[in-house]
Amino acid sequence: MTTNISTEHHHEDVMNWRRYFSFSTDHKVIGIQYIVTSFLFFLIGGFFAMLIRGELLTPESDLLDRSVYNAMFTMHGTVMLFMWTFPVLTGLANYLVPLMIGARDMAFPRLNAAAFWMVPVFGIILLSSFFVPGGPAQAGWWSYPPISIQNPAGTFINGQLLWLMAITISGVSSIMGAVNFVTTIVKMRAPGMTYFRMPAYVWAVLSAQIIQLFGLPALTAGAVMLLCDLSFGTTFFDPSQGGNPVLYQHFFWFYSHPAVYVIILPVFGIFSEVFPVYARKPLFGYRVVAISSLLIAGVSALVWVHHMFASGTPGWMRMVFMGTTMLVSVPTGIKVFAWVATIWGGKLRLNTAMLFALGALVMFVFSGITGIMLGSVPVDIHVNNTYFVVGHFHYVLYGAVTMGVYAALYHWFPKMSGRMYNEGLGQLHFLLTFVGANLNFWPMHPLGLQGMLRRVSSYDPEYTFWNVIASIGGFLLGMSTLPFILNIIGSWVTGKQAPDNPWRAIGLEWMVSSPPPVENFDEIPIVISGPYGYGQSEPLTKSQDVSQE
Amino acid sequence: MKIIDIVILIPILIILSVVSLWMGNQSYHWFPPQASAESLLVDDLFSFLVTLGSFIFLGVTGAILYSMIFYRAGKYDMSDGPAIEGNATLEIVWTAIPLFLVVWITSYSYQVYSQMSIHGPMDILHLHTPIEIESANAAPVEEIVQPTEKIEVISKQWAWIFRYPEQNITSSELHLPVNRRVSLKLQSEDVIHGLYIPAFRLKQDIIPNQTMDFEFTPIRVGKYRLRDSQYSGTYFAAMQSYAVVESVEDYNQWLKLAATQTPTAAPNQAVKEYTRHTDRAIETRWPIVAPAKPPLVNFHD
Repeated sequence: MTTNISTEHHHEDVMNWRRYFSFSTDHKVIGIQYIVTSFLFFLIGGFFAMLIRGELLTPESDLLDRSVYNAMFTMHGTVMLFMWTFPVLTGLANYLVPLMIGARDMAFPRLNAAAFWMVPVFGIILLSSFFVPGGPAQAGWWSYPPISIQNPAGTFINGQLLWLMAITISGVSSIMGAVNFVTTIVKMRAPGMTYFRMPAYVWAVLSAQIIQLFGLPALTAGAVMLLCDLSFGTTFFDPSQGGNPVLYQHFFWFYSHPAVYVIILPVFGIFSEVFPVYARKPLFGYRVVAISSLLIAGVSALVWVHHMFASGTPGWMRMVFMGTTMLVSVPTGIKVFAWVATIWGGKLRLNTAMLFALGALVMFVFSGITGIMLGSVPVDIHVNNTYFVVGHFHYVLYGAVTMGVYAALYHWFPKMSGRMYNEGLGQLHFLLTFVGANLNFWPMHPLGLQGMLRRVSSYDPEYTFWNVIASIGGFLLGMSTLPFILNIIGSWVTGKQAPDNPWRAIGLEWMVSSPPPVENFDEIPIVISGPYGYGQSEPLTKSQDVSQE
Repeated sequence: MKIIDIVILIPILIILSVVSLWMGNQSYHWFPPQASAESLLVDDLFSFLVTLGSFIFLGVTGAILYSMIFYRAGKYDMSDGPAIEGNATLEIVWTAIPLFLVVWITSYSYQVYSQMSIHGPMDILHLHTPIEIESANAAPVEEIVQPTEKIEVISKQWAWIFRYPEQNITSSELHLPVNRRVSLKLQSEDVIHGLYIPAFRLKQDIIPNQTMDFEFTPIRVGKYRLRDSQYSGTYFAAMQSYAVVESVEDYNQWLKLAATQTPTAAPNQAVKEYTRHTDRAIETRWPIVAPAKPPLVNFHD
């Protein structure tokens, strides 16, 4: 065991709130900066979603101007992906990875801080587009040309230009982060922390960040080319000038499909950490779970055309990518079965973190099954671009990812804040979220099968019933954030002091004080066993002194 | 595995299978009517996927629920669960079975897609061999009458025009003869659109500057929604029309009727909204792409 090194001096540093508003290079400060910033954007994106659900309460287009509606779903998707899921997961990884592998900080602390400070910059650029002529981008978060380069306002500064600038900066920020994470994990592990002693979460982050390194340049290049088409008269994608708009779709999805795995892999990692702790059992089949993250990352690079089954893609291409898409489900299935086997026969403690993880897993399994359906080309030709797809990816992005993130925030809250959260409020938050999410997103499946298309601001009256249910669920989800915010702020200020390891969890991050001191470890521990020794008596580490004896 | 476990497991598997099969059967009711030969194939495939999916979903969530109910730790129970780190046999089984299932799903889907033989964009790349199979006529439909009906589809922001080249007439609705193979030529004048008729289970993006072949066989008389399925800008939601499937006699009569009418401007929702102020709660009047003029067609409703 490392010792309690939370001396007065360290404690003062840690508790100084001004650090969170500065160009700090401490990975824990940066982690929390990411998480808080992205949560604010999450609330903004959620507000857009509620306006969308408000419009869809009735079949007619009667709440928002059609162009405002189009701006809303464009900005909702963009904000939720690029300013919520990506940065919040980057924030968690920033906080956890160095602690978990026994490092004092990330490999490049200043690069880390620079990458974070780009987030508010591109966030402000994106949101400022509400105030330029023509309003924000209205081409959907895919920004397919030619509609994305039509520029009806005719001005040089327009919503689409700001959108493309924001995406490009976001891409650069994430590439900087990816370089940092991969280097840190490969180079900065504590002595004895072999690859197969790394927590599965670290494996997942490593796999996700490798995808970022290889995939993001394609999207970023595509965005720059589109920007040139929009503003500087090039014709890469403009069909009226001989360009090819389908080429952009390839650029876009070559990254943006793997991006789904960049998002979901760390959540898989969260599951792999949370389940063993609250089931008091080792992660079932740890090595296979760890390797399957890399397998998913590998296969995910070869599936992007499944977003384009109904697009300008010939039959042979549809068939090839159907095969690769189906393959992804195999390593993913391995993980799901491993988690179920982990909790099977355990000693379960259903606190907020565990409830969120279990709820997220159930919703993920559902989205996995609808995902297989979508991977089948003939079915996809019917449901492509319908609410079936919208339901599917909201089960992934809200059900699995956002609820998985909540599980992580509750699980590591005592470590981050040094305080315990309020369990009652936490469980209320879970209940509202789980019910709200299912009410909101489940009805989208029958709507899609019936043929209701996504991105429509008005629809035929036959679709009204399920839309009303979905809207009620949406407003419930909006309300569900209130107990969370109350809990986090209240507990951070007045919560009970948290011990170093309130959950009796195994892991290096639980062996330092809560919150951990600057530079984490007084003395870097030597790791002598695997990360999930529940039910075994083997210690995780020995101290440097012992090794010298 | 103890005998008692097997005795418990077998009825559970039987119940799961029965429920899953029932779900698969139910799934036919989740769709619009089956109005094309292709829709029969797609619905069978979907039903098969629902059956498999239900089995897996109920199995996995059942195991999770069971654990949540029966494996709760007592309030003061601080002990750990059994230190089981894995089980090679189990892990091989749950890798092999999904692998087998996805190969099965993929080959079944491949067969269905081949049978549908909807063509779509074939000539974008010249390096492939088209998937040659018995054409969609292999669909289990009686009385498919040759030859195919050729119709041109022109899409623009935000209107549909259906042109019947042999009779040289145009319409704002897609009229089709029942039980006859239809061959569409899809074109767009501005941005990417998509042709989608939910009752046919068919959809194809229309890429500007390309002509795409698209084939199918309507099998049920009726009037079905036809929509733009690829987001095309401000009035995307208003870009809709109907596919009207008629008996061959009615269809021929309609062609004759349309030929006698002089082209007039079809009513157009996008133009209507663009030129007239509406009273929505939030109204910004941001500049938007102006809709194309309402197309002049021989027939509109």
